[in-house]
This record gives sequence, structure tokens and C-alpha cells, in this order.
Amino acid sequence: MPVLELRGITKTFPGVKANQDIDLTLEKGEIHALLGENGAGKTTLMNILYGLYKPDKGEILINDQKVDIEGPNDAIARGIGMVHQHFMLVPVMTVTENVMLGNETTKSGVFLDREKVAQRIREISDQYGLEVDPNAYIKDLPVGIQQRVEIIKVLYRQADILILDEPTAVLTPQEVDGLFKIIHSLIASGKSLIFITHKLKEVLHIANRITVLRLGQVVGSAIPGEVDEQKLAEMMVGREVNLVVEKKISQPKEVVLKVKDLHVNDERGNPAVNGLNLDVHAGEVVGVAGVQGNGQTELVYALTGLLPLKSGTIHLSGKDIHKATPRQIIEQGVAHVPEDRQKHGLVLSFPLLDNMVLCTYYKSPFARGVNMQEKVIAENGSMLVKQFDVRTPSIFVAASTLSGGNQQKVIVAREFSRPIKLLIASQPTRGLDVGSIEYIHSRIIEKRDEGTAVLVVSSELDEIIALSDRIAVMYRGKIVDILPAGATKEHLGLLMAGVKPEDIPDSAKKKSAGPVEKVF
Amino acid sequence: MTDKTVQANPSEKKDNKFDLRQVFEGSYNTLLPLLAIFTGLVIGAIVIAGTDVTVIAAWKNFFQAPGAAFAATWTSIATAYGALFGGSLGNPRDIVAGIQVYFSTGDSAALLKAIYPLSESLTTATPYIFAGLAVAVGFRCGLFNIGAEGQFFMGALGSVFVGYSLQGLPAFIHLPLALLGGIAAGAIWGAIPGYLKARFGAHEVVNTIMMNWIGFRLSDWLLNGPMKSPGFRPVTRNIAESAQLPHFFADPLRVNWGFILALLVAWLIYWLLFKTTIGFEIRTVGANPDAAKYAGVNIVRNFVLAMVISGGLAGLSGASQVLGVDHWVGQGFSAGYGFDAIAIALLGKSHPFGVVLAALLFGVLRGGATRMQSLAGIPVDIISIIQGLVIVFVAAPDIIRWLYRIRPAEKHALQSRG
Repeated sequence: MPVLELRGITKTFPGVKANQDIDLTLEKGEIHALLGENGAGKTTLMNILYGLYKPDKGEILINDQKVDIEGPNDAIARGIGMVHQHFMLVPVMTVTENVMLGNETTKSGVFLDREKVAQRIREISDQYGLEVDPNAYIKDLPVGIQQRVEIIKVLYRQADILILDEPTAVLTPQEVDGLFKIIHSLIASGKSLIFITHKLKEVLHIANRITVLRLGQVVGSAIPGEVDEQKLAEMMVGREVNLVVEKKISQPKEVVLKVKDLHVNDERGNPAVNGLNLDVHAGEVVGVAGVQGNGQTELVYALTGLLPLKSGTIHLSGKDIHKATPRQIIEQGVAHVPEDRQKHGLVLSFPLLDNMVLCTYYKSPFARGVNMQEKVIAENGSMLVKQFDVRTPSIFVAASTLSGGNQQKVIVAREFSRPIKLLIASQPTRGLDVGSIEYIHSRIIEKRDEGTAVLVVSSELDEIIALSDRIAVMYRGKIVDILPAGATKEHLGLLMAGVKPEDIPDSAKKKSAGPVEKVF
Repeated sequence: MTDKTVQANPSEKKDNKFDLRQVFEGSYNTLLPLLAIFTGLVIGAIVIAGTDVTVIAAWKNFFQAPGAAFAATWTSIATAYGALFGGSLGNPRDIVAGIQVYFSTGDSAALLKAIYPLSESLTTATPYIFAGLAVAVGFRCGLFNIGAEGQFFMGALGSVFVGYSLQGLPAFIHLPLALLGGIAAGAIWGAIPGYLKARFGAHEVVNTIMMNWIGFRLSDWLLNGPMKSPGFRPVTRNIAESAQLPHFFADPLRVNWGFILALLVAWLIYWLLFKTTIGFEIRTVGANPDAAKYAGVNIVRNFVLAMVISGGLAGLSGASQVLGVDHWVGQGFSAGYGFDAIAIALLGKSHPFGVVLAALLFGVLRGGATRMQSLAGIPVDIISIIQGLVIVFVAAPDIIRWLYRIRPAEKHALQSRG
């Protein structure tokens, strides 16, 4: 008997069929993966299940009982818990306070009973191996632990059906492993799980059953042993997909970026980059690998003028730019695909055409004097939308209306379309679907082949391996070693974990004898 | 460059220079303020009827004479709103009659009398337009300029000083100078909090409020000291005629060139905000300061610039009142124009054309309020209640959506896909 069954769910938004006649069953103790590109209707479906939307048609059954879910509180009462992709936590409160929020346990009616809740959190934490300190403040916790707090919130409310929406999108490889352990212990204790993702490898690794959505419809379901990544990707995208980035051997030329003994403090004033040295040549991709929070963000901010340097020098084609403003750096031919596309990369409330000229609006041909040339800007917008395959009803809609993948394409279109000699791409495909990743990767390689120096920073090791001609491993604010393109994951992983280059065993440096691993 | 597959063909929408998309950003955004105004008037009507003793008495006898209760209610509301809009827009019949008299006999007295209420409303709307634009420019840059009132005061003092201290200049020099005096004084008053925010991160809300108080006390001192005219009252001398904004008609009609200037300035601000790189920067900083920094926009400079423009507009508001209507400045000179301006900017969605419409509405409500009080015995305060309600509904659009069962904007639905 399934714990949850969706029958014929249909939901239409003006102009969009978000869900069309979707059937889905979840058995007890099952990990059911919901796979689909951005915009395939996964989140809509889960929001229906969580009571945030009402379906136009179809029914929901929990334990064979037909139910009408009125809202999130109703969903929680029926044992459905959701861990959102973007965490809903108050940073200045403790774990306990966040867990209590909205469901406060009190002493004599008015006083918060923190100790009782903390005790319960410890119990949950021990039971599932979550290792969360109830008294820690959210703002001090790494992203991976914050996610566990979200899971605790759901378990604290006694959910039996857990929905995890893109849970690995923000995690490092190590944190992903930790999450998978937690998922297994949840299943072992009889919980059932819906795992929403677009990452093929994860799905094959963790799911018991896979349902693939495309354009709001179920296009098929599969069991991990019976399909491979290629097959899943094709179901998802609806055409043949090239999972390996095809590229020729790089032809590095002169040094474009030269960083010497760089020291940078983060925004709170703590040292983040400590004596970093790095060269990037024209026509090569240098990947910066590392566990998140080892100074990669600050390195990129320093290179692009968003954070001041404490000491050290940065030369761009021989020119000293260590004191340059962001605008001066942009004007010298540096493109920046920022880590946080919604924070830095886009003005969400602006229409696409304006976002397409965010860095060049004041220049000819987009402006003559102070007069912005609307016609030219609109033409530029339409051209880039077409050229970079941005899926949008119009160039006049606000950037906020686009899916994540298309938002990223807008940024890539803008940054790649002006003459550049250095491209800095930070987490260029975070949270994107296979089709978009394939596309953005091929564009990056195209830029390299045109002779652009490319610096890619990513916490996805697969991405680094796929793109890089040289891999720089960053640990605690320094580049600890630079490896050639063929380096093994084990070798990189050990360096990322802080093992000294001279202590790496030879066995880790060799490729395993098994079949050649596919990237992604 | 041209393409046929992308639906957004730039030429079809961009050909007309007057881009409606930017005027109201979609009909959805126009509908809510209109419904907010309507709802405010409806609730205002309920308050008017509910506080009217005749209506209450009629309802006490509801079971004996139900018709009379409704009739009394209707009469009460109709009298009040009739007086309000008659007092602010004029009586159409009188206007038509006035036009006929004017064309048949050449005597304009009846016509002028008929359009007097309209003239008063436009006169009141004039400083509202400038001040509303001031707050709107601040909003566009992400700044909350609560100091428009103080800037209004300083602008009034700046223009009155230029107006009375210079004598014997021709109007085409004196009047622009006096206007500039007002703009400069207001701009300085706005620039200070702008600079404090940019340089030290001091919050503009706190600083503009403080600047208000400094402005009020400074004006008290000036009006009792250096700028005081001979005599007992703490008022300035009258400005020279060459500094006055000419009236369109003979007294007592006070509508003047300030109104035309206000419309021109609204157009100028629209152009500045939406057609120039300066406005693009201001709006980018306001919409997403992080992205602005990423794009190389100088945030600090834009904060100061926006506050200077905002202060200058508020100063111009004060100047228009002095040069166009009062011709001198006394203590307590402003009737809260700078504070109402916040409401106007909100109601106008911080868009110059929206601000003009909202300012006209406020002018009409204020202009008719006095007549409503004298004719229908309804206290002027009811206007403040209606204004307050409209602002609440504009600031909390969900109430309106709920009342009229309006679906949220399409983009919310789209956003949650995937």
C-alpha cells in the first residue's frame, strides 16, 4: 500500500501548463526521485502536495485516504514535511529557536521552553546521525548543517513523508555524502522520501525509483539498475545529450592574469585569502577546486574589484589592477559570471533587455551621451536571447520571471558578448539542469578556444575536471597544488581535504583500472 | 540583427517614444491604485453617513420607514461628495453657462467664477507634484526621503530670499534665479543626509527627520531675525513682482505657471529616470545595490545624487508655493506638503506620471474639503481619513486583491515553476 498517491494532477497557470495529468506513487520506506529540468513542473507538483497551490484537477491520497490539502499547516498535520531549496531559517536565532518557530513549546503558557525542545533536537540528531548542536546560531553554521536544521524542523513536526527540493544544489561533495547517509538512516526508520533533483548521478546513486518529468508531464519512470545517465538525460531533455565536454588540447599563450601573494579579508574582516599565487594564460581554463568557504569567493571578489585587497598584487596583461574599481576592471576586458546570480548577476525587477546591458549601458552604441538608445538596447536583447537560447516569452519581461537556468544564460550572454580577455566564472552551473550545463560548458570552452583566459571556480569537482586544463586546489586561502587536466578525483579530494601534496600516496594519483568515469 | 523567431520584436513596441510599459508597468499595477482610491471613497462614505445625526435618526426608525433610512443615507453621502467634488472641480453646468456667456457677451466673470474651484485644486496640486516627485526619486534609488518637508521649507526660504532681496531685475532673470534659489536650498538640505549615508552609512530615514527639525528651527530663527520684515509678525517681506510665477487669470484665481512647470518637471524626471544612463544607474542602485556594484556603478555617488535631486525637487515645491501663491513666508508655512508627498509617491508607484495623477487627486480632495465642510457640515478631517485609507490600501495591496478577488500577478505564478 503506497503512503502517498497522486492521481491525474493538473495545474495550469496563465499561459503555462505546469502539471498535466501527473500520476505518482510513493511506497513506504522508498526514495522516489523526481527528475526534470528547471521548469519541468517538479516544484509546482510539490507545492500542490504541500498545499501551496490547489490543483485544477486530480486527487491526492495519503494512506489510501483521499485528502484535500488546505495549506502547509494542513500538510504538516498529515505528516508531509518539505525541505526547501532555499532555507527558511532566521540567521540570528539558534537552532532550537528556529525549530520551535511557529510551533513554540511553552512553560506556563508564555515562556519558551527551550530546554525541552533542545532535548528533543538532540534525540532526533542522535537517532539519525545529524550531529547538530541545538544551541548554535544559524549564521555560524555551514550550509550543509543548516540543511540538517531544516530536516530537523520537519522531523520535529513528526513528518513521515519528506520532500527534499534540490537538496544537493548548495552542498559540497563531502556534504552530499553526509546528506545521503542521513537519508539512508531516515529510510531505515520507516520514513518515505521524495527527492527532487536534476542531477543524474545522484539519482542513480540514491533513488529506489525515478520518475522523469518534462514540460509538466511524466515522460517515464525507471529503476536505477536498468538505466544509465545517458538514457535519463535523454528522457529529461527530450533529445540526445552530450554529457562529456568535448575539447581539444589547450594552446596556452601569454600570461593574462598574474596574482602574487594575495591577501584578502572577507566581508566581516576575517582573513580569507592568505598569500595566494596564481597565473592564468590566454587560451587555457584554470579550475579552482576546493571545499566551499576556503577563500574562493573572496578571491573572485578581489579579482573583480568587489572586495579590497589587504596586500599583494594583481596584474592583468601586465597592468596593475590591485586598486582598480569594478568598472575599471570590466573596461579592461574582464567578464565575471558571479557565484550568486540573483544577488550580483541580475537586477531581477528589470526587464531582460536592461539586464543584458548591465555593465555596458553607458557605452556606445547603447548610450549617446546620457541618452540611452532604447532601440539598440532592445535589438541587442533580442539578438542575445536568440543567440544564447534564453527561453523567455519576451525581452520585456522581468528577469525574475525566468527559471534559474535561463537567468544564468542571460548573465552568460551579457558577459560573453563583449570583447574580453579574462573570463572569471564562479559556480557557472550551480542549480542548473543538464541541458543548460551542457550549453554553458561548451560556451566556456568556445571562449577558451578564442584565446580568452578562463578561471573557473566551482565546488562541483566533476565540473572542474570536465572544464579545466589545469586544476588549482584551494585550501584555507592558498593554492596548495596545481595539477594537470588528467588528475584523479581521489588526488584532488585529498588535497581539498587539506592533505599536503607531498603526503599524497601514489595510489591516489593513478586512475582506477575500472571503466573510465563519465563526468557529471 | 533582426530576427523573426523571437516574439519580442523591438520595433513594434519601441517605436512610440511614449512607452506605456514604463508608465504603469502593466494594467495590473494601474488597477490596484484605482481600486484603492475607490475603496477609500466607499469607506469614507460609510464614515460620513455613520457620523451624520440625521442618518442615525433615520435608521433608528428603520422599521417604521425603511425607505427614509436609505434616502437619508443617500442624501448625506451625495451632499458630502457633491460638495467635495463640486468644491474641487466646479459645477459643470456653471462652467458651460460661463462659456456661453463669455462667447456671447465677452464677459468672463461668470466663467472665472465657475472654474474657481478647479483653479484652487490645481493650485494645491502644484507643490504636491514637485514634492511627490522628490520622494519618488528617492524611492527609485532605494532611499526613503522623509525630509521632503524640511527641504520644502528650505526651498521656500531660499526662493523668498532671492525674491525679495534682489530688486529691479527683469522677470526672465529674476524668476529663474528665485526658482534656482529654492532648488539649491532644498538640494543642500537633501545632500547632507545623502552624503552622511554614502560616507558613514548613516541611515537616511533618521538623518532626514533630523534635518527636518534643524530646518524648522532654522526657519524660526531666520523669520524672527535676519529675514524678518519690519513689523511685529515673524514673516518675510513680499517678493518682487519680477520673481512671481505669473497667474493665468485675474484674482482670486491663483492657478499659475507653477502648474505647467510641475508638469514639465515631471516629464523631465521621467526622461531622467527612464531614458538616461543617470536614471539607469539610480534605478539599478535602488533595485539591487549588489548588482549595481558588480556592474561598476558608483553607489555612493548615486546615493548623493539621488538625494540632491530629491532635495532640489522638494525645494522647488516650496519655491512654487512661495513664488506662485503666497509671495512671502511665515512661520508654519507648510501644510505638511513634504509628508503628504510620501503618500503621493506611494500612490503613484514612484513613477513621475503616477505621481502627477496622485498629486491631482490630493489637490482635488484638499481643494474640495473646505467647501464640503461649509456646505455639508462634514469636517475636513474626513479627507485625511480617505487619504489615509487610500494609502493603507496602496501599501497593503493584498487587502484590495482579497476584496475584489484579484489573482496575484502572473509573474508570481511563473516564478514558482520548476
